[in-house]
Amino acid sequence: MTIAEVEQGRLRSPFFPRQAELDRLFRWHEWKGYASADGFYDTTLEYFSVRNSTGVFDLTPMTKYRITGPDALDYLNRLVTRDMSKIKPGRVAYAVWCDDEGQVIDDGTIFHLRQGEYRLCSQERHMAWLTAAAIGMEVSIVDETEDVCGLAVQGPTSFSVLQAMGLDGIENLRPFGLTTFDFQGTELMVSRTGFTGDLGYELWLTPDKAIELWDALFDAGKLYGIMAMGTEALEHARVEAGFIAAYIDFLPADVTVRTGRSRSPLELGLEWLVDFKKPNFNGRRALAEEKRNGSAWRLVKLDIEGNKEAHNSYIYAGKKGGKNIGFVTSAMWSPVCKQNIALGTVQAPHGKVGDKLYVEIYYQREMHWSRVMAEATVVDKPFWDPPRKRATPPGPY
Amino acid sequence: MSERYDTIVVGAGHNGLVCASLLGKAGRKVLVLEANDRVGGAAVTREFADGYSVSSCAHLLYQLQSQVTKDLGLKVELARDKLGTVALSADGKHVRINGNDVSGVGDEDVASYRDFRKRMTRFADLLKTYLNKTAPRLAKDASKSDMLTLAQLGFDIRRLGRKEMQEFLRLIGMNIRDEVTERFESDLLRGAVSFDAVLGTHLGPRSPNTIMTYLYRLAGSHARLSQPAGGMGSVTEALAHSARENGVTIRTGMKVKRIVVQNGRAAGVETESGETFSSRLVVSNADPKSTIMNLVGARNVETGFTRRVHHIRMRGDAAKLHLALDGLPSIAGVEKREFADRFVIAPDEVYVERAFNHAKYGETSAKPVFEITFPSFRDDSLAPTGKHVMSAIVQYVPYELREGWSDGARDAFTKLAIDTLSEYMPDLPQRITASELLTPADIEQQFHISGGHWHHGELVLDQFLFTRPVGGAHQYAMPLDGLYLCGAGTHPGGGVSGAAGRNAARAILKSEKVV
Ligand SMILES: Cc1cc2nc3c(=O)[nH]c(=O)nc-3n(C[C@H](O)[C@H](O)[C@H](O)COP(=O)(O)OP(=O)(O)OC[C@H]3O[C@@H](n4cnc5c(N)ncnc54)[C@H](O)[C@@H]3O)c2cc1C
Repeated sequence: MTIAEVEQGRLRSPFFPRQAELDRLFRWHEWKGYASADGFYDTTLEYFSVRNSTGVFDLTPMTKYRITGPDALDYLNRLVTRDMSKIKPGRVAYAVWCDDEGQVIDDGTIFHLRQGEYRLCSQERHMAWLTAAAIGMEVSIVDETEDVCGLAVQGPTSFSVLQAMGLDGIENLRPFGLTTFDFQGTELMVSRTGFTGDLGYELWLTPDKAIELWDALFDAGKLYGIMAMGTEALEHARVEAGFIAAYIDFLPADVTVRTGRSRSPLELGLEWLVDFKKPNFNGRRALAEEKRNGSAWRLVKLDIEGNKEAHNSYIYAGKKGGKNIGFVTSAMWSPVCKQNIALGTVQAPHGKVGDKLYVEIYYQREMHWSRVMAEATVVDKPFWDPPRKRATPPGPY
Repeated sequence: MSERYDTIVVGAGHNGLVCASLLGKAGRKVLVLEANDRVGGAAVTREFADGYSVSSCAHLLYQLQSQVTKDLGLKVELARDKLGTVALSADGKHVRINGNDVSGVGDEDVASYRDFRKRMTRFADLLKTYLNKTAPRLAKDASKSDMLTLAQLGFDIRRLGRKEMQEFLRLIGMNIRDEVTERFESDLLRGAVSFDAVLGTHLGPRSPNTIMTYLYRLAGSHARLSQPAGGMGSVTEALAHSARENGVTIRTGMKVKRIVVQNGRAAGVETESGETFSSRLVVSNADPKSTIMNLVGARNVETGFTRRVHHIRMRGDAAKLHLALDGLPSIAGVEKREFADRFVIAPDEVYVERAFNHAKYGETSAKPVFEITFPSFRDDSLAPTGKHVMSAIVQYVPYELREGWSDGARDAFTKLAIDTLSEYMPDLPQRITASELLTPADIEQQFHISGGHWHHGELVLDQFLFTRPVGGAHQYAMPLDGLYLCGAGTHPGGGVSGAAGRNAARAILKSEKVV
C-alpha cells in the first residue's frame, strides 16, 4: 500500500469546496478527524466580522449524538448536572457532565428537537462514556456527526442575513430556542445559539444540501458583510464572551492522570448549572461534599491593567509575587472592549469578584524580554455582552 | 407501608444471617426477607429425591471464621471433621493427603509438600487477618483506621523477613501450575493441588492469580475440611436461630423486587408480591450485580459505578451433581472407612487445564474434574438406612452454554459426568436410583446468584481487597446513602465463612448511628 492510496487523511466537511475557494491562508488543523480552518483571510478581519457584521464558522466537526428512547429524559438528567425536565421541546440547554467524582468530562449543548428526542453536541467525542451511562436504561445513542453538518452564523447582522435568506418567522426565535424551516425540500434546523457571546444562530441540516445552504447564505449576506471565519477568530470571540474551552481552560476529567488536574463545575464557575434538587446525577455526591467543604480551585475572569497580553502568566495574590496562586489559561487584548482580558484558574478562596490579583507578564521587544507585574481585577460579567444578544426580535443592522 | 424497620436485609444466605444477627444483637430492629422458602442461600440442605437429602451447593465447611462463631456463640455440630483427601487414580494407586502430609508419592514429594504447605499456611495466616477487616481505602479520604490497616498490612508482609516477603510478593499474582510443576514429581499431587486452587473459579491452573485463590482457601482453618451434621443447611439454621434470638424477624418466600430509593436514599424494599417495607438502611446479601442493576436500578446510582458493577466478572463454572445410591460404589484401592473422606478427580494439572479450556468457549468439559463426598456415610439423616448420597462438585460447566441450557443438555452432561466417574467407580451406574444436576444457570435461577458464581464475583486480584466488589465501593457502604452489601461479592469473598456478613455489620455499626 502506498500513501497515495489513502484518499484523504482528514475528513472534509461538506462545506469544504466553498471554503477552499475562499481560502487565502492554507492553514488548517485537525478537529476530531476533520480538517478545520485556522482562518481564511486574516484573523483580525474575521474576528471583526463577528462583532460588526456576520461571521460564518463551520460547525460540522462538532460531535453530535442523537439520544432517543423511553428513558431519554431520565438518561440525560442522570448524565448532566442541570435539570433537563425544564428544557421543553424547541429549547436548547448548555450543560456540563461529570464523572462520579464530580469532575467535568466536557460541556456542550443539548437540543430538545421533539418530545423525547435530543441531540447532544460537544467539542470532544464521548461515545464510551455515553454508552456506559446507558447501561440499565432504555435509550438509544447514535453518533450522527457525519449525518448532520452545521454553520454558526454569528454577529449583529446575522438576523438580517437569515431574514434576507427567506427564513420567515426567524424574528420570533428567542435565545436558546430552536425551530425548523423547509430548505429546498430538506429540513433546516436553526437554533439561536453560539460560542461568540453575540447575536447569532446555528444552522443544521443534512450534508446533501450543504453547498446550497452555503450559497443561499452568502448570497443573502452579501450586503450584510458576511464572511467565513476560522477557529482563531472564534477563539477571540469566545474569550470575550467568557466561555470556557476544553483543553484550554480545563482538561476533560477522563484524560487527566494526576489528581487535582481535573475540575468540578463549581470550580469552573458553572454552579448555576448544578441542580442539587435532583436526587441523583453523575457527580452529585462528590459535588455536594465539595459544596460543603469548599472547592480547591476557582475560575476567574480578569480585567488586567495595561495592554500586554497575559498569555500563560502566573497569578499572584500580591504585587511582590511570592508563591503563585494560579495561572492564566486564555488571554487577549479585546478590541471591542478595549480591555486586556484573561481567563484563569486560582486556588480558592482567592479570586472572589472584586479581588485585586497580579499577573506576571513576560513580553518581548525587539528580541529582548521584559517582565511586568500587572494588576488584575476579578470581574463577574462576561467581557462582551451586548443587549442585541438577548433582544427578540433582534434589530436589523 | 407496613411496620418500619431500622434495617432490612435482602436475602438470608449465611452472610445475610450473620449480618442480621450481629445488628440485632446491637439492638437494631432488623427484618430479613428471603426469596426462597428456606434460609441459607447456597448453604442449604434440600431433599433432591424421596428420602435423600444433600447440601445443595456448599457441602464442605472449612472457612467459617472463628470470629463469627465467637461473636454469635455459634456451635456447629459436625458429622465428620478433618476429612482426608484421596486423589483418585484409575489404576487404584491413589495419593492421599492429610493436612501437611501426603502419601503414595516419593520421599522428595513428601518433604516438598510439607515445605509448600508450611509456606502457604504462613502466607494464608497473613491474609486471614485482613479477611476479617474492612479493606482499607487508598484514596485521599482514607480514614485513620484505613491507614492503620494499610500500615499493618505492609508491616505484616515486611515482618515475614526479606526472603519470605520476596517470595510472598512473587507468588501472590502467580499461577498454581508453575508452582506445582516446579515442586512436585507426582502427577496426582500436582493435579489435586491445582484442583483446590481453581475450585469455584473461572480459572485454570495456568491462569495468573491461582496461588492467591489457593491461599484464600487456606485462610480460615488451613483447609481443615469438615462436614456439618445434617448438611450445610444446619449451619444456616443455627445462624437463623441466633438471629431470631437477637430479635431479628426472618420472612421466607419473600422475593424483593426492588429497593425503594427516595430522595437519593435507599428507603425500603418492595417485594414481588407487592408488599412494601420501609427502613432506614437496606443491606443486600444478593450479589452486587443483581443488587445494583436489578434491585436498585442504574438510574439511581452514578455512571462510573454502574459501569464497574456491570463489568464484574461472575460467570460460574461449578456445577453440583447429586446421586441417590442404593449402596456405595466400589473404588479400587479404597477402603470402606475412606468413604468418609473427600475424593478428587484431577489426575494431573494438564488434565485440569484441559477441562477448563472448554469452559472458555461455552462448552462443558469433555473430561471434567470432581470433588466428591459421600455425606451419608457418616450422617444417617441424609439417606434411608443402607442407602447413600453422593455429593459432587463438577467443573467446568459453563454458566452460558453455547447451545443454551436445556433438559437435553443437562441429561447429556449428567451422563458424561457419570461415565467419567465410572472410570474410577465401575459399578456406580447400577447403584444410581435418582440424580440431580445443578448447573450454574440452575444455581442462578434457584439461589438468585448472578452467573451462579461461587464467590458472587470472580476472586481475582482485580476484584479483591480494595476493588471488591468494585473500586471505591469496597467498604460495604454503596454510593447510595442507606445501602450496604454484605454478601460473598464483597470483601473478602465467598465460601461459607461469614466474614463478609460480619465485616458488613461492623462497618454499619461503626458508621450509622441510630437516630
Ligand atoms: C456449586 C457450589 C459449591 C460450593 N461449595 C462450597 C463448599 O463446599 N464450601 C464452601 O465453603 N463454599 C462453597 N461454595 C460457596 C458458598 O456456597 C457461597 O460462597 C456462600 O454460600 C455465599 O453466601 P452468601 O450468604 O454470601 O450468599 P448466598 O448464599 O448466595 O445467599 C444470598 C441469599 O439472598 C437471596 N436473595 C437474592 N436475591 C434476593 C431477592 N431479590 N429477594 C430476596 N432474597 C434474595 C438468595 O435467595 C440467597 O438465599 C459453593 C458454591 C457453589 C455455587
